[in-house]
Amino acid sequence: MKLRSAPVALTTLAAALALGSSSVQAADPNLARNLAATCANCHGTNGKSQGGIEPLAGVEKERLLTKLRDFRSGAKPATIMHQISKGYSEEQLDMIAGWFAAQK
Amino acid sequence: MTRFDRREFLRATGAAGLLAGLYGCGAGASKASGHVVVIGGGYGGATAAKYLRLWSRGGVAVTLIERNAQFVSCPISNLVVAGTRTLADITVGYEGLKKHGVKVVQGDVVGIDADKRNVRLANGDAVSYDRLVVAPGIDFMYEGLPGLNSAGAQESILHAWKAGPQTVALRKQLEAMPDGGTYAICIPKAPYRCPPGPYERASVIAWYFKQQKPKSRVLILDANEDVVSKKGLFMKVWGDAYKGIVEYRPQSELRDVDAANRTAILEFDKVKADVLNVVPAQRAGAIAQQAGLANVNQRWCGIDWMSMESTAVKGIHVLGDATFPAPTMPKSGHMANQHAKLAAAAILNMLSGQPPSDQPLVMNTCYSFVDDKRVIHVSSVHAYDAPNKTLQPVKGAGGLSSEPNEVEGKVALAWAKNIWADMLGGPA
Repeated sequence: MKLRSAPVALTTLAAALALGSSSVQAADPNLARNLAATCANCHGTNGKSQGGIEPLAGVEKERLLTKLRDFRSGAKPATIMHQISKGYSEEQLDMIAGWFAAQK
Repeated sequence: MTRFDRREFLRATGAAGLLAGLYGCGAGASKASGHVVVIGGGYGGATAAKYLRLWSRGGVAVTLIERNAQFVSCPISNLVVAGTRTLADITVGYEGLKKHGVKVVQGDVVGIDADKRNVRLANGDAVSYDRLVVAPGIDFMYEGLPGLNSAGAQESILHAWKAGPQTVALRKQLEAMPDGGTYAICIPKAPYRCPPGPYERASVIAWYFKQQKPKSRVLILDANEDVVSKKGLFMKVWGDAYKGIVEYRPQSELRDVDAANRTAILEFDKVKADVLNVVPAQRAGAIAQQAGLANVNQRWCGIDWMSMESTAVKGIHVLGDATFPAPTMPKSGHMANQHAKLAAAAILNMLSGQPPSDQPLVMNTCYSFVDDKRVIHVSSVHAYDAPNKTLQPVKGAGGLSSEPNEVEGKVALAWAKNIWADMLGGPA
């Protein structure tokens, strides 16, 4: 990074820190919805499963995030979720868990 | 000839008021409006139709044009071939989509006019659109196989690579085959629909033979250098459970077919089978070719991965097997469903004057049965690579089953139930 551009970069960084994860969502207000929809093939539209695979709708955010993190770390054994959860960033998993938690 | 536009659509489907009531007008409702026409009601098209309605809360009118009266699933269809499921088990109607307010038209699209923004049906009807989704699946390149390029030959030498009557017909051929006979499957060079599908079919037919016709054999004639998908897992099953039944021959590209003698003609060899199953080379469905969408090798449709919009014709989005795939992206029903959601989100943004999301992401899961109960999977996640304007597999994510297992056999059937509901199920 060139020295001259530093103030701009710092301002951007400060703004990102102040806004937290909401700055990610600012790019597209439907990002959480879109990411969560990638789970619906198996877990049902809006997380409402038809059975045989865990429903995600209305699951408490922290519970879902813990599970996803445990899949990623390998702490929780899985047939497939240990592989899929690694394809999403922490921020993306946070958005997905928040979105499903808000589904009734 | 009749024409219908958005206003007539609303009148025909019970008026805007009722639809607004169905979806509510709460915060976060999309401001998008307009009429989207979807051609093709498979994994891609049906999902797009549903999600356009769901995510616009009924604000966008959607017409789905599909030639078949009901959806029949390719995934799980190999179990019909193996005899453990029926065609009814893999068939779903379009009633659920109608409950979402999708206007479902059974018909054949014969032309697309991208300038006038309308599509023409075989019965003479024309339907105008604001944006068009083309999800035509694949068609077969019979011109490369002269001996199979006639209706008569295609009646006896089946592909069963579009689920439906051919799936049942192949089952009947296997049932009629005497014990001691040979079933041969010819696999085209990749890319083709469902990379692990031919190997799954060979495996479950071998299972059927082992139970019912133990002196019979399965011969895999593969045009590819090697097994295209789940290689180690399939090879192990063939070597263990189906030793003496399955024979795998790589680099065996089909040159022609002698249909009357059920003979596959290879470069240096002729192979006669009792049941010959030819999966021909494929390209994007005919309507995509005709509309000038197949701009990659005149076979596949190039698309912008941020929106699924065609790189050949503006205002048209192409989904599923018809697309020229991003690196390592399979042509699968699961992937077509993911394409559809990516497209639906982008179309709704575009219809409300917003750019598509700059962070599209899709993922894939393919389950393959190796017998009546055990399954192996392959999975992947694909994220947007902005500099290269494509979706790239996320490093470190995805993978394979460690071995065939019954737990995933149950999951595979639950996957089918859930994805069929995700694409075709009515409002919860």
